Amino acid sequence: MPVTGPSHGPTTLAAMHKFIVLALAVWPLACSRNPSERNVIQNKGSDTLVNVAQAWAEAYAKIEPNVAIAVTGGGSGTGISAMINGTVDIANASRKMKDKEIAAAKKNGIDPIEHIVGHDALAVFVHPDNPLSEATIENLKQIYVEGGTVEKWSQLGITVPGCPSDEIVRVSRQNNSGTYAYFRKAVLAKQDYKLGSQDMHGSKDVVDLVEKTPCAIGYSGLAYATDEVKMPCIKVDDAAACVAPAQATASDGSYPIARPLMMYTAGEPKGSVKAYLDWILSTQGQCIIQNKGYAPIRDVTCA
Amino acid sequence: MRVEHGDPDARTIEWYVDKLMASVIFLAGISAIIFIVGIFGFIAKEGFAFVLDTMDVGQFFTSVQWRPTSETPQYGALALLVGTASVTGLAVATAVPFSLGAAIYIAEFSRGSHREGLKVLIELLAAIPSVVWGFIGLSVLNPLIIEWFDVPIGLGVLNAGVILGLMAAPIMTTIAEDALRAFPDSHREAAEAMGATRWQIIWHVVLPGAKKGLTAAVLLGVGRGFGETMAVLMASGHAVQIPGDVFDSVRALTATIAAELGETAAGSEHYQALFTLGIVLFVITFAINLTADLIVRGVRKGD
Repeated sequence: MPVTGPSHGPTTLAAMHKFIVLALAVWPLACSRNPSERNVIQNKGSDTLVNVAQAWAEAYAKIEPNVAIAVTGGGSGTGISAMINGTVDIANASRKMKDKEIAAAKKNGIDPIEHIVGHDALAVFVHPDNPLSEATIENLKQIYVEGGTVEKWSQLGITVPGCPSDEIVRVSRQNNSGTYAYFRKAVLAKQDYKLGSQDMHGSKDVVDLVEKTPCAIGYSGLAYATDEVKMPCIKVDDAAACVAPAQATASDGSYPIARPLMMYTAGEPKGSVKAYLDWILSTQGQCIIQNKGYAPIRDVTCA
Repeated sequence: MRVEHGDPDARTIEWYVDKLMASVIFLAGISAIIFIVGIFGFIAKEGFAFVLDTMDVGQFFTSVQWRPTSETPQYGALALLVGTASVTGLAVATAVPFSLGAAIYIAEFSRGSHREGLKVLIELLAAIPSVVWGFIGLSVLNPLIIEWFDVPIGLGVLNAGVILGLMAAPIMTTIAEDALRAFPDSHREAAEAMGATRWQIIWHVVLPGAKKGLTAAVLLGVGRGFGETMAVLMASGHAVQIPGDVFDSVRALTATIAAELGETAAGSEHYQALFTLGIVLFVITFAINLTADLIVRGVRKGD
């Protein structure tokens, strides 16, 4: 009498063998793309630049199909430390590398090279009902700096409709954003911020909050401006001319709070990285950054 | 192939499968313990260097100066602790009346499909993602608070507290309802036999009897509030300050970690300080959940 107990054993075993053999046969097929044909450039860093970097990468993919550019954000600091650790080819930064970071790079045998790829004007935003039409750097400093004296709109000589408390609601950024660091350097003369500001997590959030809050003032990249916010012109001091934030005034350096946007490479760029950076600085690449609302490094005529 | 039935020690494929499955299930069983020890070990590894070297314990718990990226960094977490505590406190104050009321109604008054329907609805409320709650706080509650109370900004303790209260209410209701249902009917019947009204039974018999279970329900709600991140980040205004009233913006421990960790260089002092906040948060929520668990166990024992 044949034993019929656990008789499916051998059959399952055979099926398993078959499956394993099949899997082994298919596996190399699944990843048979030749890696040398497709060049991947890792590009990481500043959230200010991430939209532009993405647009560049997409446009470049059409011109150079063999080069794939992987773009990630995370902030200037994140990108720079990734470059120091050798995990990315290009780091995007909305601030210059700190001495500490350069020293860390040198220690790893990396000589960081800076490439300016555009300019970003830091616009000051107020609610559209706010009559503020111009502000000096000193005004902004007294609003934002620790120990600053300006806390009420009436101290600037204006009454803001819809803001009966007269209180200035300060909208700022989280303390490790490049925008926060640049504003502190350019406006607060490297002093600390007054605590108690609304620290938004992203440039767009700053604009969104100012749009809805009559008492608010905020700052962010010009590219994030909408029709629902007002941007006062900025004067270096009372005697100076008031300059409105715009691409042109950022490019020519007349707008007082504009910063260069940079890409860092580990050593002089070579091969496909060099070709990519050259293309970014070409008219085509610069037109893309202009379309995204930032200032190009030189005057370009775009289609 | 013949399989010997009588020998349990036969090393057939089934024997190996059996052994394998036994160890897989054992691993799954202890995985929760492995994970929690692993998580605590990881947080401790990242944070303890800061606790031991840099941290000024006095400053950490008594100063409101949270300036991790300043020229001279300061790590005063008092405002963050107070922020979390005030938002959670208001959330509990909002959620307790609603959840206890709902639990009493479901457990004591509703019957049949009506009760089942209510329970499903309440569990559905718990399924709303926290980012959606945060969005409601940001775009619905914020303008309403500005309009109703005539304050400059609607993001603060009140907004975050109400949102968090709504988020904590379902879990509180579910657990409180379980506690009320676990209360023996014989006591209710005894009270009824002595001529007590419905209200007297609930107020004098059921609620005191189910006290421990109800406390546990509230504590689990508190734990939920302490650990919640996204909704608090969006609705609290994210400002480092000790709130003077419920309209002031505050910043929570969780929100600080979420907003700052992404752009902090791994291993830096700031990074370690954020992990120290994580340790504080872990210890607090662990204590709350453990207390709630011990109370619930006390109930189960009929204690």
